Amino acid sequence: MSDLITATMVDLDLPAGDKAAVTAHLADLLVAAGRVTDRETFLADVRAREQLMPTGLEGGIGIPHARSSAVTEPTVAFGRSTDGVDFGASDGPARLVFLIAAPAEGDGDHLAVLAALARRLVHESFREALLNADAPDQVVELFRREVVVK
Amino acid sequence: MKLVAVTSCPTGIAHTYMAAEALEKAAEAAGHEIAVETQGAGGFSPLGADVIAAAGAVIFAADVEVREKARFAGKPTITTSVKSAIHEAPALIIEAVAAAAAPVAAAAGGPPEEPTAAVGPALASKDYGSSTGAKIRGWLMTGVSYMIPFVAAGGILIAISFMLAQIAWGETGVVAVTKVPLADLVANFSVGSLQDWAALIFLVGAGAFGFLVPVLAGFIAFGIADRPGIAPGIVGGYLAVQIGSGFLGGIVAGLLAGFLALWISRWKVPSAIRSVMPVVVIPLVATLITGALMIVVLGRPLKWLFDSLTSWLNGMSGSSAILLGVILGLMMAFDMGGPVNKVAYGFAVAGLASVGTSTDATQLVIMAAVMAAGMTPPLGLALATNLRKSLFSEAEQENGKAAWVLGASFITEGAIPFAAGDPFRVIPALMAGSAVTGGLVMAFGNTLRAPHGGIWVLPLIGNPFTYLLAIAVGTAITAALVILLKQAGRTKEELAVELIDNDAAAI
Repeated sequence: MSDLITATMVDLDLPAGDKAAVTAHLADLLVAAGRVTDRETFLADVRAREQLMPTGLEGGIGIPHARSSAVTEPTVAFGRSTDGVDFGASDGPARLVFLIAAPAEGDGDHLAVLAALARRLVHESFREALLNADAPDQVVELFRREVVVK
Repeated sequence: MKLVAVTSCPTGIAHTYMAAEALEKAAEAAGHEIAVETQGAGGFSPLGADVIAAAGAVIFAADVEVREKARFAGKPTITTSVKSAIHEAPALIIEAVAAAAAPVAAAAGGPPEEPTAAVGPALASKDYGSSTGAKIRGWLMTGVSYMIPFVAAGGILIAISFMLAQIAWGETGVVAVTKVPLADLVANFSVGSLQDWAALIFLVGAGAFGFLVPVLAGFIAFGIADRPGIAPGIVGGYLAVQIGSGFLGGIVAGLLAGFLALWISRWKVPSAIRSVMPVVVIPLVATLITGALMIVVLGRPLKWLFDSLTSWLNGMSGSSAILLGVILGLMMAFDMGGPVNKVAYGFAVAGLASVGTSTDATQLVIMAAVMAAGMTPPLGLALATNLRKSLFSEAEQENGKAAWVLGASFITEGAIPFAAGDPFRVIPALMAGSAVTGGLVMAFGNTLRAPHGGIWVLPLIGNPFTYLLAIAVGTAITAALVILLKQAGRTKEELAVELIDNDAAAI
């Protein structure tokens, strides 16, 4: 199985924009990395999920996500925003945005890495480390170290 | 304090796990133990029945329906959204611990959810210690909880139709009402005709009754394998009825269908097929295999059983009348609509056809005995639920109220929900009560010329006073035995639960 994230899927300085623009930007990174085969299908699936309930969470994070037939492997694109992007959280805009892409098919083992990622997001130390990361490689290393399937 | 939780969100890849992590973190920080079941996109591994039994309270942090919720019935419950579990986990843990400390208040004040799934405290704590037993009981109770509405609706409608029929046709109305064909009603239903109304209500009630065993089997399978189990279970249950195996056959069909569906769902298949597994492949394969096994493997031995029981009963004609009454009573209560019950009932009805105009033939006494023995199972259970509420789940207590009407109307099926949920304690108690009633009726020599009707045909019964006495005695015996057996089976379990609680307090 490929890595959950690589350096090309990290953008530590997201261009300003609303959540649709930021999501699309991160989706482009996934397309470029070959993890998403059809940009529009994937974005439509993410929008459909976002419409059910905004994915912004307290602590300044947004986790747009979807299971989509356009996704080849469980993958995450990570972006950091200086000004913040409004993902509908009650305590304000998100500075950390995780675009989580899950293939439409796949059993528990296959998706376990995404479950492990979601569990890490709850930990303040993990979020803190992401806020302070200086380079994409550092972020990738952080994911590799912290996101461990048990 | 031990707690359990289920987390579940629409996509099942992010919030489900964040909520689980947040709850685990908060519980640990507060010095409690929590086991979280994450119902995510990739399925879920159910918490052990022993883990659930040991938990003081359950937290549902879910934005979509919690799967197999019946497993947690009777526990003090906190229901909330996944997001609030992520953000307010510490507060939820405090709330759950408080709810566990005051279980009665929490259960009463909690959200009035899904009464059909509320199968009561018995589910989680019964058979505690032997986790296989607890699991099987959990599956059976899931099936029972979905079957009860059909029993209540169908049974009460049939009872009402009998009552109306007695008014509309006179003395033998209960016989006439069952003979009106559906096509006649469709063509000529008249709003002003009481007979038509009685027949209409009977047909609707009989329609509901047709689903008893299929629904029981379908939702036993659902309890085991979740949604993919429903189709094979319902079809297997339907075939169980077709081959005349009654609700016991339905339980077999449900367990079979559930395990097949579960097994197939664990096959390693290419990803192209994986997405059609739950909707196409699992139901297709599991339904075929379940149905085939019901017909081929179960069908023939049942037919043999049916035939040999019938000839055995016919050979008994010369022996003691009271013994015959006892045996017929035992048979009536054994499987309530299954093959053994049908043999006894068929024996009585066949006798009825041969007596002509005689008013005191033995066959009329046998018919009276069989009907009385078929009335005591629901009546005895209704009495037991009245006397000892705590031994029964909430759904069973409700069903107990309907069981009065069903028993009085000779609708033995009213006892099935109790028997299906706890067969080894309930069925012997039913058989004992019915055996005594059957023997007593034979001794009293009451006669009956109608093949069914319960108290609605009381005017047709020879010496109705002793007849009611025989029924009352059997009812009391069944109720007393059910209470005794359920209590005896309980003391040890409760002890075990108490020990666990003490351990938890010590930690």
